[in-house]
Amino acid sequence: MSVQTMPWLTPAPPLPSPVRRATSASAVLVGRGLRHLRRSPEQVVLAVAVPTSILLIFRYLFGGAIDTGGAYVDYLISGVIAIGVGISAMSTTSSVSQDMTNGIVDRFRSLPMPASAVLVGHVVATVARALISLTTLILVGLLVGFRPSAGVLEWLLAIGLLVLFALGFAWLAALLGLLASSVDAASGYGTILLFLPQASSAFVPPETMPTALRVFVENQPISLVIDAVRGLLLGVPADGAGVAAVIWWTAITAVAVPLAAVLYRRRAVG
Amino acid sequence: MTTTAFPIQASGLRRSLGSTQVLDGVDLRVPRGTLLALLGPNGAGKTTTVRILSTLLQPDSGTATVNGHDVVTEGAAVRRSIGLTGQYATLDDLLTGRENLVMMGRLRHLDRRAARRDAQNLLERFDLTEAADRPVRTYSGGMRRRLDLAASLLGGPPVLFLDEPTTGLDPRSRVSLWDTVRELLASGVTILLTTQYLEEADQLADRVALINGGRIAAEGTSDQLKRRIGTARLDLSFATEAERHHAARLLLPSEAARDTGETRLSVPVDGVDELGHLIGRLGHAGVRVADFEVSKPTLDDVFLSLTEDRASTGPAPVEARR
Repeated sequence: MSVQTMPWLTPAPPLPSPVRRATSASAVLVGRGLRHLRRSPEQVVLAVAVPTSILLIFRYLFGGAIDTGGAYVDYLISGVIAIGVGISAMSTTSSVSQDMTNGIVDRFRSLPMPASAVLVGHVVATVARALISLTTLILVGLLVGFRPSAGVLEWLLAIGLLVLFALGFAWLAALLGLLASSVDAASGYGTILLFLPQASSAFVPPETMPTALRVFVENQPISLVIDAVRGLLLGVPADGAGVAAVIWWTAITAVAVPLAAVLYRRRAVG
Repeated sequence: MTTTAFPIQASGLRRSLGSTQVLDGVDLRVPRGTLLALLGPNGAGKTTTVRILSTLLQPDSGTATVNGHDVVTEGAAVRRSIGLTGQYATLDDLLTGRENLVMMGRLRHLDRRAARRDAQNLLERFDLTEAADRPVRTYSGGMRRRLDLAASLLGGPPVLFLDEPTTGLDPRSRVSLWDTVRELLASGVTILLTTQYLEEADQLADRVALINGGRIAAEGTSDQLKRRIGTARLDLSFATEAERHHAARLLLPSEAARDTGETRLSVPVDGVDELGHLIGRLGHAGVRVADFEVSKPTLDDVFLSLTEDRASTGPAPVEARR
């Protein structure tokens, strides 16, 4: 036991095992992330309002001119959901950068816990924001004519895949936040996350695109998610996009997590 | 856990950042339950020392132990033993004061109830109960500093690092923070405090280490160092040379013998009592003083005097002073 110095305070317990330190700190910092989510309604509004507007604009303004072989809103919805995930991750880049630049990172690093647990808090908040965004989009979609044919299993698979995608994207967002030298730079980087999902099969089938773009769009991992979700919700074949999407986003997460942890330690020292 | 006699020990700490040798062999030993003030100008290496001792930065060479644990190889054990208050309040602006404290307690692995109870306790002690449930971004500078210090106390760490805790505080907040530090010391905490203010070191420290250019230039009790540094001076001006001569005979016999043809006299003074004494003697003798001024050595003077001999042998470190 340590020498009890301030009798009016509870002494810290003996150091838990490294695993316990990581899990309990992550749980506390997820709580922090969710509080941030509640206290920054503008971030949630952004993640809901922007893709909803895109959904309505494309449904009513451009949709009539786009031929996807069925009701356009059915085609569109999974693309807009992916864009919503991207926007949900945008503010994560800024939040992580904020932590790195305002000094609180020193406080976290001086505590008996793995400091990268802080990133877990941000990532979970991002996924929560993405879930709010995609739920809203599905509801609005249903109001404007989206008619899915999916059963319970397909819905669960689609949501599961979207959560995996949101998780991987959130870690990428955290990485960008760690790379940015200032909060301003971070919000600049964040716009990458807004546009990346748009260079995909979100709005139109890639067959209509020039070859070079088409090859990129058809194979980029966000298109795979969009195609797989589309297949699940509409009951159309997706040519193995689901399996490929799971492999891609598991791999991206598996690389991004340790990279972010290393970068966090390094940046924090600087 | 070991109960070492010196919870903070460092020997030969060196560290460069970029091409600057920030620490050039720092040795420190802080006895249990005492406060060592690390006094120096900006860029002297104070913060780097604290960052190494609190495991935020690794030394290039040298060793350090905190509460008996090596800062390089036993980081987690060191972090369990320390509280750190940095130069800038390191708080979460979106959370309330209470939420910040509970979070810090939980991250020190206190259970929920203990963390809540101690947070309440600290809010009361630090006079923050009214603002407890407001987001920290609405706090004043003084409130943030108090909350920041409170946040480093959760878990009752036996060792505290306070890095310029009063920089930027108004005089009243500063004095109140000093009171808190004294209270902590009385409870047996070992503290390393960095400061640019001679007075702060004087008020709080058992021992003072003067750091400059990444080295400890001198170390001792406040009184020992003051004697090395020199004392205050009373500068007097007189209307005539005769009056000056008269005053010099009374106050500074060694000066009286010299006939400098001046009307000014500078007398070393050791404290307010002696000052009163000197002026009283002049009054009794009926010597009229035209003008007077009391000057004390500034921190800059202290450092210049301590680094004079080094300056001639090598390039003096460039210091940005506030």
